[in-house]
Amino acid sequence: MSARTRELFGLVPVSLLVAAGFAAVLATRTQDVSDATLTYGAFFLGLCVVAHLFIRARLPNADPYMFPLAASLAGIGLVLIYRIDPELAREQAQWFVVGLAFFCITIIAIDDHHVLERYRYTIAAASIGLLLLPRLPGIGSQVNGAFLAIKVGPIQFQPAEFAKLGIIVFLASYLRETGDILVRPRRKPLPYQRQILLWGIPVLLTLLGIAVFGLGVAGSVLLAVFTLSFAAVLRDQPSPKHFGPLLLVWGLAMLMLILIRDLGSSLMFFGGFLALLYVATGRLSLIGVGSTMFFGGAFFLSQSIAHVQERVDIWLDPFKRGVVDHEGYQLAQSLFAQADGGLFGQGFGQALLELPGGGVILPAAHTDLIYAVLVNEAGLFGAAGLLGAYLLLVYRGLRTALSAADGFSKLLATGLTGVLAIQVFVIVGGVTRVIPLTGVTLPFVSYGGSSIVANMVLLALLLIVSDHARSEARRRGGVM
Amino acid sequence: MNRQIVQLFGLFTLLFAVLVIFTSRWTVFEAQSLADNPANRRPLIEEEKIPRGLILASDNRTVLARSRGQGSGENRIYTRTYPTGGTFAQPVGYSFIQNGRRGLELSRNEELTGDENEFASILAGLESRNREGNDVVTNLDVAGTQAAVAGLGGRKGAVVAIEPQTGKVRVMVSIPEYDPNLITSNFARINTDSNKPLLNRTTQELYQPGSTFKVVTATAALDTGKVTPDTVIDGSSPRTISGAPLENAGGQDFGPISLTDALTNSVNTVWAQVGERVGAKTLVEYMKRFGFYEDPQLDYPDFQMIPSGIRRNGVDYVEDRFDVGRVAIGQGGAEGAVDTTPMQMALVASAIANKGRLMKPRLTDRIVSKDGRVKQRIEPDLQADVMKPETAQRLTEMMSRVVEEGTGTAAALSGIRVAGKTGTAEVGANREFTQPWFICFAPVDNPQIAVAVTVERTTGQGGTVAAPIAKSVLEAMLGGGDG
Repeated sequence: MSARTRELFGLVPVSLLVAAGFAAVLATRTQDVSDATLTYGAFFLGLCVVAHLFIRARLPNADPYMFPLAASLAGIGLVLIYRIDPELAREQAQWFVVGLAFFCITIIAIDDHHVLERYRYTIAAASIGLLLLPRLPGIGSQVNGAFLAIKVGPIQFQPAEFAKLGIIVFLASYLRETGDILVRPRRKPLPYQRQILLWGIPVLLTLLGIAVFGLGVAGSVLLAVFTLSFAAVLRDQPSPKHFGPLLLVWGLAMLMLILIRDLGSSLMFFGGFLALLYVATGRLSLIGVGSTMFFGGAFFLSQSIAHVQERVDIWLDPFKRGVVDHEGYQLAQSLFAQADGGLFGQGFGQALLELPGGGVILPAAHTDLIYAVLVNEAGLFGAAGLLGAYLLLVYRGLRTALSAADGFSKLLATGLTGVLAIQVFVIVGGVTRVIPLTGVTLPFVSYGGSSIVANMVLLALLLIVSDHARSEARRRGGVM
Repeated sequence: MNRQIVQLFGLFTLLFAVLVIFTSRWTVFEAQSLADNPANRRPLIEEEKIPRGLILASDNRTVLARSRGQGSGENRIYTRTYPTGGTFAQPVGYSFIQNGRRGLELSRNEELTGDENEFASILAGLESRNREGNDVVTNLDVAGTQAAVAGLGGRKGAVVAIEPQTGKVRVMVSIPEYDPNLITSNFARINTDSNKPLLNRTTQELYQPGSTFKVVTATAALDTGKVTPDTVIDGSSPRTISGAPLENAGGQDFGPISLTDALTNSVNTVWAQVGERVGAKTLVEYMKRFGFYEDPQLDYPDFQMIPSGIRRNGVDYVEDRFDVGRVAIGQGGAEGAVDTTPMQMALVASAIANKGRLMKPRLTDRIVSKDGRVKQRIEPDLQADVMKPETAQRLTEMMSRVVEEGTGTAAALSGIRVAGKTGTAEVGANREFTQPWFICFAPVDNPQIAVAVTVERTTGQGGTVAAPIAKSVLEAMLGGGDG
C-alpha cells in the first residue's frame, strides 16, 4: 500500500470521529440527531480528501500519518468549539479552510525547503518584527496582561504564532552552519592539576554564591548547574564569535518576557532553541548554561514584572483565600472542570460551561482552557488519547528529522516538531498546573485563526521535508 | 545528530507523561477534594439542574415535596416546594442551594437526585438522558400527623408514632413548626427564632421522661426475674432513697402494694425500690437494649439526632455512680439524671408492643424510579431483642390497667384496649413547670401503633395533658372508637 493510500485510509476514522463528536453534541442540544451532523462530517471529510489529493499530487512520498493526525486534532477542536459556541465553530471551520489554503500555498511556493536558507536573516528580522508588533501603539492589544495580539480593524492576529516558524527556520539554518564549530571535537583529558582547577573553581563559586546570597534549594541548584556547565563549555575552548548569536537568542527571550510579558511564549521559543542547539551540537553543557540563564533571567524578571509574578503566585497556590475568586479563578476553575470529568468524562456536550442566569464558569474555554473542557467531557481517557495523538505527531516529525539526509532538513524538522511539542506542554502544563498558566494555544485544537493557519504552515513545511527525505531514500533504494 | 534526536523524543515522551500524570491527579486522585472545595460551585449548579424526586406520604398520593422547573434547555433549573407547609417539615426537611439540606431531603439525597455510580452515568451519557431523581415514599401517615398537630394545638411539644411490628415511623411531629417554603427568604429569622422551630423535638431535644421511665425499670426488673407483677413492695411515703427522702405524688401513702397496682397509680417509692433491686448496671444494660446511649437507627441526618441516656449535669453521658432509685422513676440528681427524646420513648413502647422485639425505626418505605419501578423497599429489620415475650406480655397487662383504671384513663378508646403509661416531670428552676408525657400502644391484643407524646414546659399532668393527644392520634390511625 502506498504512503498516500495509507493517508487516505487514515482519514476515514478521523471523519467518523468528527461525525460522532458532532452527533453527541447535537444529541444533547436538540435531543435528536439531525442531518446536520452528517453534513458536518461529510464537509470535513471532503476538505481532508481535497488536501489529501493535493499532497498526492505535490508531495507523493511525504509521511502518510502526519496529515490525518493533524486533521483529527483539528476535528476534535471543531467539536469542542462547536460545543462551546456554534458561532465560534463556524468561524473556526472557515479558518480551517483558510489554513488548508495556506497549507497548499506553502507547498506550491516552497518546492525545496533549502531555499529558505538563503533568506534566513530576512526571515529572522521579520520574525522579530512580528514579535514586537503587539507593542506598537494603535494596533497592539493587551490580553490578560500579556502583549500577544494585534488588532487591525476587526481582525485580531497573533504574530507570535508565525514568528515561531520564522525563528525555527533561522535557527535551523544558522546552527547547521555553526553547529560544528560552536564546539570542537572532544580533546584528550586534561592534566590532573588542570582538572582540579577546572571543576574546583565552579564548585567554589557556587558555594560562595550560596553563602553570600543565602540562596535557597532552587537557587543553589540553578547556580551549580550554571557554573559547572559553563566550566564544561570553556573546556571545549569554543570560538567566542559564534556565541554572539546565541547570546542574542537568550537576550531575545528575556526581551520577550519584558516586552510581551508572556512566560509561555518565551518558554516555547527558548525551549525550541535549546532543543535545536542540543541536536546540532550534542553538548548538554550548552543546554545547562542556556536553561539556567533562562530560568535565572525569568526569575529575576518575574520579581519586577507584576504580571509574571502574579502568574507564578497563582500557580503556587490557586486556592488561596482571596485569590481563588479573582486572579486564580481561571486556574481553579480549570482544575474543578477536570475533577468533574473524572476517568470517563461527562460525555460530549455535557460539561458545565455556563452559570445559571448567564455568565461563563470557565473563562477562555475555547482557547486557553480547551484542554480542561476536553477533560471535563471526555475524561482522563479522552485527554490521554489527545496527548497520544500529539505524541504520535511528534514521533512522525522526529522520524522525518532522522531520515532527512542533510543537516538543515534534520534541524528544521526537529525544530518545527520540537516547538509544537513544547507548545503543547506549555499550555496543557499550564492548565494542569505543572507550570504557571500562560496564554498560548493548543495547536490545531484551540480556537484562533492565527494558530490554525500557522500550524497548517508548520505541517506543510514538515511534509515538504519529509517528501524530500523519503524521495531520496527511495532513489537510493532504501525502504522507509 | 540522530542520537540527539532520539534523546529529544525521549524527553518529549517524558514531558507528555508528566501531563498525563497531572491530569490523572486532578481527575482521579484529587477529584474528591476538588469537588469538596468551597470555591467550587459546580456541584451546587449541577444539583440545581436535577429534578429531585417527589417525597410522598404513606398513602402514595399526598405530595410532601416536589421540584418545580424554571427556564428551558441547558439553563433549566429546579427548586423545591413543600405543598404541606410546616406539617411534615421535620421528617421531610428541606433542600435549597443557599441553605443546605435537612431531614429526608438530606438522608435520602442520593436517591432523590438519582446519584448513580460512575458506570451508570456513562450509560446515561451515551443515551444522553438527563439525570432524574427517584421518588421517596415515606411511612408518614397523613391523618395521624394532622391529629398530632391538632392535638398539640400550638403548644410546644412532640409526637412520635411507630408501627411496632415493622418499625415504620408513622408520625413525627414537632411544634412549633416552620414553613420550609420560607427557608430561602427568611432563613435568618427562622434560625434565630427563640422558639427554635428548626429543632426537631422528637429526635434532637432531651426531656426528663418522668414516670414513663418506670416502664424501662419494670422491663429490667421483670425480665431478670427479680420481681413479678404480683410482688408486693412497701409504698409508704416518704421513704429514704440514697440517703434522702422521696415522696409520692401528692405525698400519698400507699402502704404495701403489688407492682401492677404500683404502676397503675405510678407509685414513686415502690419503683425507686425496684430500681435499687435491679441495680445501675442492669438498668443501663436494658436501656441500651432499648436504644439509649446511641442515635436512633433512623434514616435521618445524624446532626438532627441525639442519644438518650443518663447524663451528669445535663452534659456527660454516664453509666454508673448515679442515684439508681431516682433514675428508676425518671428523675435523678446532679450525678446523673435520665434524659430522653420522644423518639426513644416511642421505641420503648414499640418494643413492648412487639413482644420484646425492637425493630429499627425508619421513615422511608420504598424508593420508586420515575418509570414507576420500585428500586428499593426498606424491609423490617430487628434492632434488638430487648426482653422475653413473657415479660412483654406482663408489661402489656400492667400498662393496660393504667389506661383502664389508673392515671391514663384519658387515653381510653371505646372498643379498643389501650396500654399506656403517664409521666409528669417537674422542670424549671423552682419546679414550677411540668413536662407531661404519655406513651402507649393499641390495640392490646394485636398492637398496630405505638405512640409517645410530650408537651414542653407547661402545667398539668401527663394523664390530663398528654394522654388526650395520644388518644386522638390513635383514633385517627386505628379509625375506631368515639370515646
